Amino acid sequence: MFSQSSLTLHDTYSLSDVTMKPVLEVVNLQVSYYTDAGRARALDGVSLSLNAGEKLGLVGESGSGKSTMALAMTRMIKPPGRIEGGQVIVDGTDLVTLPDEQMLKARLSKIAYIPQGAMNSLNPVMRIGAQMMDAIRAHDRTLPKSEMQEYCLQALESVDLKREVFRMYAHELSGGMKQRVCIAIGILLRPKVIIADEPTSALDVVTQRQVMETIDRVQKDIGAAVILIGHDMGLMAQFVDKVAVLYTGRLMELSTVADMFTDPKHPYAQALINSLPNLDNKGVFQGIPGIAPALMRLPSGCTFHPRCSRVMDECKVKRPTPSTLSNNHVVECYLYSDKA
Amino acid sequence: MHELLEFRNVTKTYSRGLLTRTSTTALHSVSLKLTQEEPTIVAIAGESGSGKTTLAMLLLGFIPPTTGQIFYKGQNINHLQGEERMTFRREVQAVFQDPFAVFNPFYTVDHLLSVPINRFKLAKSKQEARQKMEDSLAAVGLRPEDILGRFPHQLSGGQRQRINVARALLLKPRLLVADEPVSMVDASLRATILETLSNLQKNFGVSILYITHDLTTAYHIAKSIIVLYRGSVMEAGDIDAVIKSPQHPYTRLLIDSIPWPDIKRRWGETAIKARESELSEKHNGCRFLTRCPFAMEKCTTEPPLFRLKAYQAASCYLHEQNPSIEPDKLSELLPR
Repeated sequence: MFSQSSLTLHDTYSLSDVTMKPVLEVVNLQVSYYTDAGRARALDGVSLSLNAGEKLGLVGESGSGKSTMALAMTRMIKPPGRIEGGQVIVDGTDLVTLPDEQMLKARLSKIAYIPQGAMNSLNPVMRIGAQMMDAIRAHDRTLPKSEMQEYCLQALESVDLKREVFRMYAHELSGGMKQRVCIAIGILLRPKVIIADEPTSALDVVTQRQVMETIDRVQKDIGAAVILIGHDMGLMAQFVDKVAVLYTGRLMELSTVADMFTDPKHPYAQALINSLPNLDNKGVFQGIPGIAPALMRLPSGCTFHPRCSRVMDECKVKRPTPSTLSNNHVVECYLYSDKA
Repeated sequence: MHELLEFRNVTKTYSRGLLTRTSTTALHSVSLKLTQEEPTIVAIAGESGSGKTTLAMLLLGFIPPTTGQIFYKGQNINHLQGEERMTFRREVQAVFQDPFAVFNPFYTVDHLLSVPINRFKLAKSKQEARQKMEDSLAAVGLRPEDILGRFPHQLSGGQRQRINVARALLLKPRLLVADEPVSMVDASLRATILETLSNLQKNFGVSILYITHDLTTAYHIAKSIIVLYRGSVMEAGDIDAVIKSPQHPYTRLLIDSIPWPDIKRRWGETAIKARESELSEKHNGCRFLTRCPFAMEKCTTEPPLFRLKAYQAASCYLHEQNPSIEPDKLSELLPR
């Protein structure tokens, strides 16, 4: 891809490229961690698909499998964790069965991952530019240095950083700038899918908005699909097109952001939306009763049933199958099993 | 009767460098009073670097102010000794941001709760100590049998943070400093912790300084708000007034940037001006000058607080048609 030096990062995708063939398909993904205390199913049959240019928000409490999902999609699950089944198809290639050699190449060029606290992942004794060039070199050793450098500078400019940043060290940058450097590294090779794991959790609101607007713009420039992981529903409302709600490694609900905020179906999603502070409900505190179960000792049937306000007998026995309602609204709950 | 807490023109400057001293003013001449009679919740808001944590550290007596004094019940907290110092330590409590870092992983929760009991000799017997622990856990909505005897890693972030509140409550504080208590807790559990804090004020008469960058939670829990930017007060007043009709350009930017969980309320259109530039430290004017879209010539001299309503004032020349008020009258702007 680097031989076409006419290609710049600012090329906008023509509309015909963004046809409605999903660029990412996750099919029945299963991940378990094997510990001394037993097997923890961190992801239990998650399926979803995403078109080019779409933004998906992945929400859930801590321990719901959000980060595991990101790691599984980039095949970075380390033992004692294991991908036990399912497919992650990016642009027609199944990453789960890809040989290691090719997976190395696929990372960053097909699927890029901006980890949680990415800004602390920059090497303090290497210049920003050298770290960026490292990433390119891992994919293409033949590219001349000057060309590599040009790619990096363009990437930096596309995230609103000055070219001088290329020669700087991490400690010379503020938190928001470091985070934008990480985004620049993420988009260097124009991946099809960008996964951002809580990219703004340590930043204040103003910087947060700047960083999110940067991600928004670069993803439009390169036409990538974005998965935003986080638990801040406010950020989701502002940023994504679709929301997926995870609970104990299961996909409880998947819908458009408008449906999620106006008409959530699953009782867990409803509780989550109701617990949000808003301008109109001052002084009303609605937490979700109970706490999330440990993955090693999951309740039978639907894992949310001990905390659910509308629990029925069958919920305790058997896990519900996902029902697809109108507008591709997917929900895993018995309340809707006959309405599909 | 003395005020519960009084900040009298408190300034804190951090300086570094041996030959060429450079200094950063983290807090610039802040005056604030909280009365004993009416416990209230005051939010201190601002982005990182606005001096809000410095304010907490000063108040807890961890660092001395550069100029100005801090009084607790009429006593300068930096000159407290003996008995009085113990009383201050007991009555002013803190809940910090990170519920994971404050626990020692080697001890059970009982240890965390019994240390203050022993230190301040709150209980005469083991049974009484146990009873006190159970009561305070129950007061924050936890079931003692679920918590006591457990290790920190067995508890969720939300539970841990509530244990921290319970620990503070154990000592029957008069003032609680909550420094970003919910920012590291799952969104679904935030509501419960905020409710706990709010009940503490209502039922136990504890005044709370709620320090945060998250205006959404501040709006829900506090009665009044002080917005700081680089150590100076930008806007202060009744929280409803400030959040619903912010008057200072900085407050507007802050409120515009809140990601409201509401698809009908989008992020504002106001473009964000790049952060710091070189001249920012060199003048004594409005701290927000370099980022302000309305910057004027006279902004290079520091604007006073202009009182817009009984309970709202902004430090900005855009409002200079209004009467200005002295910085030490700041507390008059805060409804109780």
